[in-house]
Amino acid sequence: MEFEGINFKDQSLISVLNQIHAKYNYIPEEMMFDLSDRLKISLSKIYGVITFYTGFKLEKPGKHIIRVCTGTACYVNHSEVILEIMRDEFGIEEGKTTEDGKLSVDRVACIGACALAPVMELDGQMVGKLTKKKVMRVLREVFEDD
Amino acid sequence: MTEVRICKGTGCISSGAEKIANEFENLGIEVKQSGCHGLCSKGPIAIVDGVFYGDLKVKDVKLIVEDHIKNGKPVDKLLWDHYTKFEEIPFYKKQTRLILRNCGLIDPENIDEYINKDGYKGLRETLTIKPSDVIDSITRSGLRGLGGAGFPTGLKWKIGSEQKSNIKYVIVNADEGDPGAFMDRAILEGDPHSVIEGLIMGGYAIGATQGLIYVRQEYPLAIKRIKKAIDDAKERGFLGSNILDTDFCFEIEIHEGAGAFVCGEETAMIQSITGERGTPQLKPPYPAVKGLSSKPTIINNVKTWSAVSWIMLHGWEEFFKIGNENCHGTAIFSLTGKIKYSGLIEVPMGMTLREIIFDIGGGMEKGKFKAVQTGGPSGGTIPFDMLDTPVGFESMAKIGSIMGSGGMVVIDDSSCIIDFAKFFIDFCVDESCGKCIPCREGTFQLAKLLDQIITGKANEDTLKLLEELSFAIKNTALCGLGTTAPNPVLSTLKYYRTEYIEHLHGICKAGVCKGMYTIQINQDLCNQCGICQRGCPEEGAITGDRKTSFLIINDLCTECNACRLACPKQCIEVVQ
Repeated sequence: MEFEGINFKDQSLISVLNQIHAKYNYIPEEMMFDLSDRLKISLSKIYGVITFYTGFKLEKPGKHIIRVCTGTACYVNHSEVILEIMRDEFGIEEGKTTEDGKLSVDRVACIGACALAPVMELDGQMVGKLTKKKVMRVLREVFEDD
Repeated sequence: MTEVRICKGTGCISSGAEKIANEFENLGIEVKQSGCHGLCSKGPIAIVDGVFYGDLKVKDVKLIVEDHIKNGKPVDKLLWDHYTKFEEIPFYKKQTRLILRNCGLIDPENIDEYINKDGYKGLRETLTIKPSDVIDSITRSGLRGLGGAGFPTGLKWKIGSEQKSNIKYVIVNADEGDPGAFMDRAILEGDPHSVIEGLIMGGYAIGATQGLIYVRQEYPLAIKRIKKAIDDAKERGFLGSNILDTDFCFEIEIHEGAGAFVCGEETAMIQSITGERGTPQLKPPYPAVKGLSSKPTIINNVKTWSAVSWIMLHGWEEFFKIGNENCHGTAIFSLTGKIKYSGLIEVPMGMTLREIIFDIGGGMEKGKFKAVQTGGPSGGTIPFDMLDTPVGFESMAKIGSIMGSGGMVVIDDSSCIIDFAKFFIDFCVDESCGKCIPCREGTFQLAKLLDQIITGKANEDTLKLLEELSFAIKNTALCGLGTTAPNPVLSTLKYYRTEYIEHLHGICKAGVCKGMYTIQINQDLCNQCGICQRGCPEEGAITGDRKTSFLIINDLCTECNACRLACPKQCIEVVQ
């Protein structure tokens, strides 16, 4: 058994992938090959694991990352409107990155800040109790930033 | 010496807690931090010598410093309903906080503050008694798994302890994936040592030397605080070799998840830890017999571990006393949705849903109560006339819901119950691991049927098929998540069948499903502010001006709801 009596962490593919992801914000394709060699795990399995977990991305994200929460409390408080504003006012589709590489927008199942619903996360910072005005302001700031 | 404690939970930080803390410091006042107080909707929160100040703005700080700190007079206009002691506030008064005992009261990053609250005292005593006596205490306390299933914790531990193996594992399940729930996050952020202490006790009881905390990577602050707590505990000799000068050795590792709801299921979690896709495995063998690396593994939820450290400190009798004859101790809920005060609450088992929603949660924010949903995607939707149901594992199952891990979302009459059920089914479609057909294909078909209903393409047969398919999934899916996935459909079909029938006739009274309603402005309520007109993206769909009155031209309206969301008076009504 490979885990007996030791530090699980260094042996776990997911922990390694998490570390790569923390560094690059995605898993570059060539790293999958390296990993496969180094960990002696088949490429297909690594690909399988990456695509199974929503936390792993295969495409390079934008400079800023927005994650819109679509959990129950946010749903009840009309979180779909936030994605609509991004699409209608700024032409950004969920799961995509803008052409200038400035912003990626993702939806996530729940970020656990339900009392602040509807809520989104901008580069790891929680922005809660969203209104149309607040979303517009945040997005404008993102686009003005160089 | 005045003590100023500022909540540094995720909710309060995003509401601007840092700015408040800085302002106090600028004015020469020392500030201590704490974890979540639970009342996240009132953030940022400061507790000044036991007095609760919520919804703070930077300019309020000066007033608090001048009047309260320097002159000893609480600032009445910043108090909540003139309450000077925060325990007296209705939101807190009806709560019994065992698991959340320290949340909001101590600095989670300072081990001394935990120790001052009798932290690790229980561990010291536990290590002097026999492991079998520890299991006996937990069994007698009546503690049941607070992750949702309600399996007796003592029994699980007994099974684990009886396994002959020199290597065993104990795991904290902090993969809180239920949408609309944040109990585990708040505990790990607010009082990480209570969980670590419980885990060490569990390791001692079943004979494990290795503990593991499996936590979602969506919770970076929780991860940071657990890491610090583990390091501090090690430094003080509560972790590592020969803990507190006994022969017992115990280590804890953190394992971060990668965003998969199904990994909250025990066997899927074990798969994930070993670096596999998180797919559930057939049970038995149960993890307590054959788990991680085929070794006996005890997995309990964050709340359960924190309860363990409380029980071992205060004695099983104290825990057993709380609650009713079927369920002992407390239950934690994250109370959210269209309620006045959302946040994290802990109540004795047996309290009614009505007390929770109307006394603690303060009732509806606006709108009329429609339903409360408990247990997330595995749970059910409970109507108004069932609100006298006491909180408990069996009582909630009896009415078609579950206790679940603690999500409690209240909806009002602006939510369509079918759209709501579809929200959960869509979630299950996204999160199904794909291993078994009933869940993978079944939930997908359920979503399609619900879609037919909300787009007006359904008839009586659709409802029959919906029911039939739901039971098929319930009876044949592999894991707990699959078998409970149809619950949101079944419970809404049971209690809100009229609403399903109305949809078959093209009527959505909530005004959610497109093409099934029209809207108009209630002229009696309207104050002619014109905000609806400015919010409307369609040229000419709202006519009129501020001098006369506004009118919605339904032929031009695209039902985008922009006006309804924008209206400050809620005077745009749904008509059929």
